[in-house]
This record gives sequence, structure tokens and C-alpha cells, in this order.
Amino acid sequence: MPDAVPPKGRGPLAKREARLAWGLLLPTLAIVSAVVIVPLLSIAWISVKPIGLADLRPPAPVARENLRGEAEDLRLQYRVRNSSRSEPIGDVTLRDTLPEGLTIREADSRCEINGTAIFCDLGDLDGGGRDEVELFVALDGDADPDALGDMAEASTPQISGSADNILTNAEFTTANFARIFDGGEFWRVLGVTLFYAFFGTVGALAIGLFAAMLLNRSFRGQGVLRGLYLFPYVAPVIAMAFTWVILFDPFSGSANALLLRMGVTENAINFFGDRPLALIMVTVFEMWRYFPLSFLFILARMQSIDDDMYEAADMDGASPFQKFWFLSVPQLLGILSVLFLLRFIWTFNKFDDIFLLTGGNAGTRTLTVNVYEQAFAVSNIGAGAAVAVVIFACLLVFSIFFFKFVSREEGL
Amino acid sequence: MSRPHGSRSAGWAAFLHYGALTGPIIGVLWLFVVATTAAVAASFLSGGAFRPSGLASLILGVALGLAALRLTRWPLVGVSVVVMAVTMLVGIGPVATGQAPGWAFWVAVFATGIGTGLGLAKMLHGLPLARLTRHEFEDAVIRFLTGFGYLFFTFIVAVPFYVMLMTSLKNQQQLVQNPLDFSLDLSQGWHLFDSYVELMTTFNFGSYLWTSFYVSLLTVLLTLIFSIPGAYAVARLRFRGAAMFSRSILLIYMVPMIVLALPIYIAYSMIGLRNSVFGLVLIYPVTTIPVALYMLQGYFRGLPAEIEEAGLMDGLSRLRVIWKITLPLSLPALASVSLYVFMIAWNEFLLAFMLLDDPSKFTLTRGVAMLNSSEIPRQHLMAGSVIATVPIMVLFLGLERFMTKGLTAGSVKG
Repeated sequence: MPDAVPPKGRGPLAKREARLAWGLLLPTLAIVSAVVIVPLLSIAWISVKPIGLADLRPPAPVARENLRGEAEDLRLQYRVRNSSRSEPIGDVTLRDTLPEGLTIREADSRCEINGTAIFCDLGDLDGGGRDEVELFVALDGDADPDALGDMAEASTPQISGSADNILTNAEFTTANFARIFDGGEFWRVLGVTLFYAFFGTVGALAIGLFAAMLLNRSFRGQGVLRGLYLFPYVAPVIAMAFTWVILFDPFSGSANALLLRMGVTENAINFFGDRPLALIMVTVFEMWRYFPLSFLFILARMQSIDDDMYEAADMDGASPFQKFWFLSVPQLLGILSVLFLLRFIWTFNKFDDIFLLTGGNAGTRTLTVNVYEQAFAVSNIGAGAAVAVVIFACLLVFSIFFFKFVSREEGL
Repeated sequence: MSRPHGSRSAGWAAFLHYGALTGPIIGVLWLFVVATTAAVAASFLSGGAFRPSGLASLILGVALGLAALRLTRWPLVGVSVVVMAVTMLVGIGPVATGQAPGWAFWVAVFATGIGTGLGLAKMLHGLPLARLTRHEFEDAVIRFLTGFGYLFFTFIVAVPFYVMLMTSLKNQQQLVQNPLDFSLDLSQGWHLFDSYVELMTTFNFGSYLWTSFYVSLLTVLLTLIFSIPGAYAVARLRFRGAAMFSRSILLIYMVPMIVLALPIYIAYSMIGLRNSVFGLVLIYPVTTIPVALYMLQGYFRGLPAEIEEAGLMDGLSRLRVIWKITLPLSLPALASVSLYVFMIAWNEFLLAFMLLDDPSKFTLTRGVAMLNSSEIPRQHLMAGSVIATVPIMVLFLGLERFMTKGLTAGSVKG
């Protein structure tokens, strides 16, 4: 009798399971890669292209159709122009259908008439160039020329041409990167980003820890307070940011009015307009808005710590502060460090808050705001993409850290 | 040994461990905190001029702190209220009053008096004047920090929401006259809501509300449809690359939106999807699918596999198992995920801002952004903010249990 051997390799059941798994994952995989991977690749591509906001509309031929003249002179006229002032378009062709009620008498030499189908080959069109095609036509019987004219203008001729598209051609440049790394600007922006991310994260964690300690006991109203403390995070960022802007407005803001009344300050303070106060304020906003998240996670972790440990410590005569330092803090260290890493990355990536509060002015321009600034305010899409590539590179570095770390911290 | 604890190690700030020192110090700090809170609150309520006085807080705080060691709660509150009333009437109290309506003055008096009395009674009652044990001292400090914490958090959270709501009920003239005055002029009647009426009628906010609502709802549906099978596969099925896959979910979850928004803007400009709600509905789920995948796979892992295996043994196919067993068991998780995704979609600003230009197609957040212009009065902007905030808050408060669960399950993202 042969010895029983354990099966080797993957059996048919395992294969079937894997097939099913990929089948289930496929739609998700497809859509996520379409909207994440493809944009990431395209942004790398764009970052080495000399492309501005205006180039997003590639040069294209535009045609207008008109019925002009009367009787002998009646003609169908197509006016064609190049939408771009600088780029030429090649192989311009025009297709249209002859409106019912008209017959061609004499066609432009570049056009072929086949029944009611019109096809014209117009060749090349220079940058800013115009062209005109005229087809002399006759009215069939008692057709109404005005109605026909309206019909002709309403129907749009199909026109096509091949133009050099800046997005797809082989013209590359390093000017975008040169531009963003130019001068001290980049390092200042990076410094602001790191300051914002680091202090925003640490502050939110510290405040969250404090709040979690307050609510880590059961009393009447605990649920209400917990809900209340989550408000800043749940409300739309746009509402909260504008409220802060109005509250701290230098001319008519309540905060300034209050400080003036209290005699804390002589003159109104421009909270979101002065360096370096603006940066501090946006960081404070970040702490205020995101402490609820840290609070929630830390509270969840605190409530899962075993009470026995604290009872044992009580028996040994540990004081409240000792219990905090030697029992709670070590227990919370895991969640705190994971939270720090994740929140740091996300704060680093944050755009909305600063954009709404200061628009990146007064020394608060972070890398993400710089993407918007370069691409839309300066209309240089290529430079914006270059900044985005830098952000993505930072993200990769962070995530290596994160995965090295998080693989030890189960649960998150 | 008369003192059971803490005789060996003196502990933190040992020189303070005397009731006669701890009491007055906590008394001063607490009185100053309460006085500041009362002054700010009275200013915001009435528009009057109130400010905390450091010197008065110092003197009265020492006295009340010492008194708190001896008196029980209600006598202490009584003493405290009387002291505040007398000193503030004379003008040397911990809250100095300038021009202010009478009722606001008395609100400040009673808030300071009762707040100080109740707080100090809780923090200090029963402490001896003489040396404290480490426990007694630290407990008093912790009770002070707790009281401070409740005031601090309630204040920093409530003030912006209060300002937002009250500003939206004012008119331009009132706002310029006294930016501090948030009291309501009830004689205006329905005119209080003028800003809201104008937003709804001339600014088309009704249609923005509706757009935001159905965009968010569609986002939730699409997200669930795509993420449930994916999350199940990652959580339950064994296949090569499962570990890598669940990591890359998290990685994708970390990609900043602005990095994606730029190419999406370019692509949408070229294929003509920009400025359409359809384009928005296409892109929103993609931003939420990674989050939902992440949350759901965590939940699916926590479900006992035995139930599903029993279903498989009884002849159900995998897909039937998901439909008949896994999904009904994960209804709470699905509710959390749906709420969370709804919140993300409702609050989303960046993509709506970049992709929509046509005021007839705006979502609510895009509509509020439109109000941020120098030509549109501030109360309109705040009314718009209130309109954007209230629905999500109602949803949140109504379903808080699910929401908090949803937030802890998958998100450290904001």
C-alpha cells in the first residue's frame, strides 16, 4: 500500500476560490485603477510637458454654415476657422448633408458631392487661419429660402482635422521642475507644509487625548458630550472654515471685537492675514477640526483596556498620575503612534482647509495649495503637475515608514 | 501608619502638597477660568463689554479656595454668589463690566458665582489644611483639569456653531454696528430668516440641496455595490496577493485628492464631462471605495467564518452565502459605512469646486463657495453654511451610534 502523502500545490478547490476572489475584485480593481492609477501616471506625464491651462482645448477647426444670396446667386456657404491662433491644423475635412429642397448647381472644386452628401477636403489651416467653401445651389420648386436658411444654420457640419496636441506629442521639458525648485520658494513651501502637518497632528492628538480622558467614565450626559465633541469633524469643512474666517475677521469679526473690549489688544489683529500668525491659525484650525477623530480612536482604545490592571495598581497604592503614566500611556502608545503617522500623512495631503481659510496667502502655502496655485492661478498645468509628483514622492516615503510600522501594530 | 499611600515617594510638585497651598492655587486658577468663560459668554449673549480681571481673581480665588476646604457645597455656592454680586456691583469683581444691559450683568454674576462655588466644592471639599497625601493632591488636580476640560471643550466647539447660526439671523446693519452682539431681536418676527428666504428663492439653494442629496445617495449606492464584493474577497477568500491587496487599499486611501483632481480636471475638460453632475457622480464613489473597502473588510474578518461554512456545506454557492448570510449579519457595518460615505460625499468640496462652473448644477458646498464674495453679505454666507451643516448634523445626531462606529472602523482620514 502506498504511503498517504499530503497534497502538494494548489488543488482545484483553492484554484476555484482564487478565481472567485479575482472575479469579485475585478470591478473594484478596474474602477480604482481607472481613476487612481491612470491619473497618477498621467500626472507624471504632464509634469514633464510644457502645458498651460489654455492648452487644454486643443486646436480644432470650427465651421459655420449659412445660406446666402438670392435666386442665381443662392449659395451654401461654410466658413471655417482655426480655433488656435498659433498651432496649424492639417487634413481638414468637412462633411455635411444637403438640406432637402436644394440641389447643387456648382460646387467648390475641393468638394465631392454624392447625392445629398457633401464632402470637402480643405487641406491645411494655419494658426488663426480662415477658409471658405461655397456651393451654388438652386431651390427645388416652391421651397421657402428663409426656412431652408434656418435649417442650414441649425444643422452643424462635421469637421475634423489633425492638430499637434501638446498632451500627446513628444515634446518634453524639465522647465516645470526647474520652476518649482527655483529659489527658496520650494523649501519655504515644504517647511510650511511640515510645520502644519507636524504641529497640526501633534496638537490634534494631544487635545484628543485630553478629551478622551474626560469622557472615559460613565456619567449622565456622556453620550451628549461625545456627540457634541464630534461636531467640528462632522460639519462640512466649507461651513466651518468660513465661520472661522468671519469670526476672526480683522474689521468686523467678533473675536477682534472681544479682544478689543477686554483690552487684550490695542489694534485689531489680522488673524488670517499676518505672517506668521496666519500659519499658526490654520494649524489651530486643523487641531480644532480633527481632534474629534483622535479623541474617538483613543477613547475606543481606552475603553478596551482591562479594568483589572487599574484595580491591581490601586491595591499597590499607585497614585492617579502614576496610573496614567505607567499604565494608560504604555497601553495607548500603539494607537497614538499609528494615529500620528496616519494623521501626519493626511494632514500633509490636506488642501481644503488652508485653501478656504487663507487661499495660501500670508505664508500658509503648503504643497497641496501650491498645486492649485501653479495650475490654476498661474495657469501652468505642467508646474502644478510637477508639484503633485513631488507630493506623491513624499507620500511614498511616508508609506514605507507606515507599513514598516503598522505591520507590527495589528488592528489598524 | 495613618496615611496608607504615598509616604515613601513624595511625587510630583511635593512642596505644593499642603491643603493651605493647593486650595488657594486651584481657587485662583478656577475662578479665572470661570470668570473668563462668563465674560466671553456674557459678551456673546448680549453684546455688552465684559472682561475678566486677573487681580480680582487672584484675591478672591485665594479666599474662596481656602473657604472651599471648610464649607460644604451649598454654603460655598451661597458665599461665592454673594461675594461676586458685591464685588461686581462695586466694580472690583473678577468680571469687570463696561456698557452692558442689566440682565447680562446678572447673568455674569450668577454664572461666575455658581460656577466657582460648585466647581471648587467638587475639587477641594474635604481636603485638610495641613499636609496632603499624594493621592489627595493628585485627585484635586485631576478634578480641576476635568472641570477645566469640560468648559474648554464645550466652549471651543459651541462658539463657532453659535456664531454661525446667530450671524445668519442678523442683517448687515446689525452686524456692522456691534460684531459682538449676538442677541436676537425677536420683534423682527419672520424677518429673522430673511437670509434663508433669499438663499432659497434668488440663490437657488433648494435645488443645490436636492443635488447634494441625490449625489450623496448615488455615491453611497455605487460605493456599496463595488466595495462589498471586493471587501469580502479580501477578507475571506484565500488567493495569492491578498495581503498585498489589502495594503494597497490603504495606500490608495492615502493618495491626496488634489493630486488626482488635476488629471481628472484635464480629462473631464477634454471629454466634456466637466460641469456635469454625472461627472461628479462618476468620480465621488472612486474616492470613497477605498475607505469603504477598508472598513468593510475589517468587519467581515470579525464575523465568524463558521456560519458561512455551514451555509456552504448546506449547498449554497459563495455568492448566495454573501447575499443570505454575510450581508444580513453586517447590516450595522453597512449602515456605518453608508453614513460615513454619505458624510464624505455631502461635505466634499474640492472636486465640486473644480469641476462645476454652472450655477444651475451646483452642489451645496459649491453653492456656499459661490457665496464667498465681497458683494454678497456675510449673513448669507453663514445662512448657506447653516443649510449645508444642518442636514448632516441631524443625520449624525439621529444615528450617532452608527456614525461613531463608522468613524472608528475605518477612518483616520479627514
